[in-house]
Amino acid sequence: MKRLLCALLMLFAGQLGAVDFDYRLSAVQLATDVYAFIGKTEDFTTDNGGNIVNTAFIVAPQGVIVIDTGPSLRYGQQMRRAIAAITAKPIALVINTHHHPDHFLGNQAFADVPIAALAETRNGIAADGNAFAENLFRMSGDWMKGTEVQLPGKTLNAGVVDVAGRSLRLVALDGHTGADLVIVDATSGVVFAGDLAFNGRAPTTPHADVAHWLKALDQLEALTREAGFKVLLPGHGAPTGDAAPIRQTRAWLTWLSAAMRDAAKAGLDMNDVLARPLPAEFANLPVAASEYRRSVGHLFPAAEREALGAKP
Amino acid sequence: MKYPLTIAAIALAALMPPAEAAALRENGDPLASARWSEMQKAFLAGAPVLFDPRVKVVAPSTAENPMQVPVTVDATALAGVVEVVVFADFNPIVQVLRFFPEDAPAFLGFRVKLQQSTPVRAAVRTADGVWHVGGTWVNTVGGGCTAPSAAGGSKEWQQRLNEVSGRQWSEGPNAGRLRMRIVHPMDTGLVAGTPAFFLEEINFADAAGKRLMRVQTYEPVSENPVFTLQRTSADGPVEATGRDNNGNAFKARIAQ
Repeated sequence: MKRLLCALLMLFAGQLGAVDFDYRLSAVQLATDVYAFIGKTEDFTTDNGGNIVNTAFIVAPQGVIVIDTGPSLRYGQQMRRAIAAITAKPIALVINTHHHPDHFLGNQAFADVPIAALAETRNGIAADGNAFAENLFRMSGDWMKGTEVQLPGKTLNAGVVDVAGRSLRLVALDGHTGADLVIVDATSGVVFAGDLAFNGRAPTTPHADVAHWLKALDQLEALTREAGFKVLLPGHGAPTGDAAPIRQTRAWLTWLSAAMRDAAKAGLDMNDVLARPLPAEFANLPVAASEYRRSVGHLFPAAEREALGAKP
Repeated sequence: MKYPLTIAAIALAALMPPAEAAALRENGDPLASARWSEMQKAFLAGAPVLFDPRVKVVAPSTAENPMQVPVTVDATALAGVVEVVVFADFNPIVQVLRFFPEDAPAFLGFRVKLQQSTPVRAAVRTADGVWHVGGTWVNTVGGGCTAPSAAGGSKEWQQRLNEVSGRQWSEGPNAGRLRMRIVHPMDTGLVAGTPAFFLEEINFADAAGKRLMRVQTYEPVSENPVFTLQRTSADGPVEATGRDNNGNAFKARIAQ
């Protein structure tokens, strides 16, 4: 009887660990008044609940500026509680860097404060948000419970803006998606790169325009050469004090687009391309194999069209 | 016994590598699909069937984009191939395409729209009347057949309908290969307000007019289809002709 009870208790405890839906968010300080929640360099799973993304906040003089809200309502709520544990200041503004679901599906937890994004990001969330959410329900399971799309209500424009007494430089780039916002916080020297930069994780390409993305990376790297630059926060992976994630992302994209072009020129069929091994340089990069397979689907058709001499 | 198939199968197995011979079977769907008997009735009715590892169907086990799932059928290990029918058990429109290799090897690459996870199979009829069946499961999030074609969002395709581009490779590892792309929405008719509109027939012939392959295509073939064929000898240009179900015909020359 005792043994049975013990086994039952262990079973219960084991389940508890798996289903408490606690992302265990712990703020990492990047600079004075600047914090980030660093996600895992994994794919969406029912174990990580979609906590594969970096979000951040700045404690400004008159309130808190939140940068991206994570993959679910629960994440947004837990993020808000974790912010409240650090500062009593109210949330002044939420910014979505781009229209991918792991960056905006926590918006619901901030429905009572202004949420802002670039115009094309707002359009993208309005158009694709529900389909994205549905997909994350499928991949992350019950972690997503109650999550619905909360559209950003305000449009951001490129330039220097004052938010809650803090001056931010908004740089509007594109390439990872149709609109990728980079935020430069001159006060701290932190550059929030969004998903233009990945660190220690293969980049995702479902809405990528690789030529534009490579251009954007050059502009992003120039920001890290400005006086006062201290920290780069990539959209995925650890923050750095240098441009290493930018170079890593560039290396991947350069290889990937050349690989697609060369394969199409050599007469390969999509299945042949999928079967190709990764080069040694990327063999140990987390999720490289799965992102490569996805990227073939996203990028090979255009390379093929070109190689077969079709009009663009 | 309707057909002396068991004896035929034993004779066949004797000629094959042991691993492949062991995988040969006459019943018991290796893909364990609930719809196999229906498929058999619909496509192979009354004829002898052999699940045959020499019929290779290559497709990703997980398809990221259900609108463009690459499928490669390679039955070149079989002699005397007359006809190949490709179908997906759980698709709302099951039949994908049929091809009749004449002067070309029994090899065809293409892309398909899948509505949900399903076996994708090729049944290969040889001159002796036996259907050799191969296949693979493809897992997908689905929606490929009831999502509108990209062309639905623009009018550009109307000017470019049936526009053909293509190339042949005469050297390198893909020597003898021909790839062709054709602009067509390939609408399934399963999207409200959009009638079925798809390519029905494509013929490939060599410079002397000798037919390499005839392909009958159906709604599940992906938008702007891309085909990969293999020639035994890349000998001069290939002429591709065909038409869709609305009678729009095309004729194009694919240079070598």
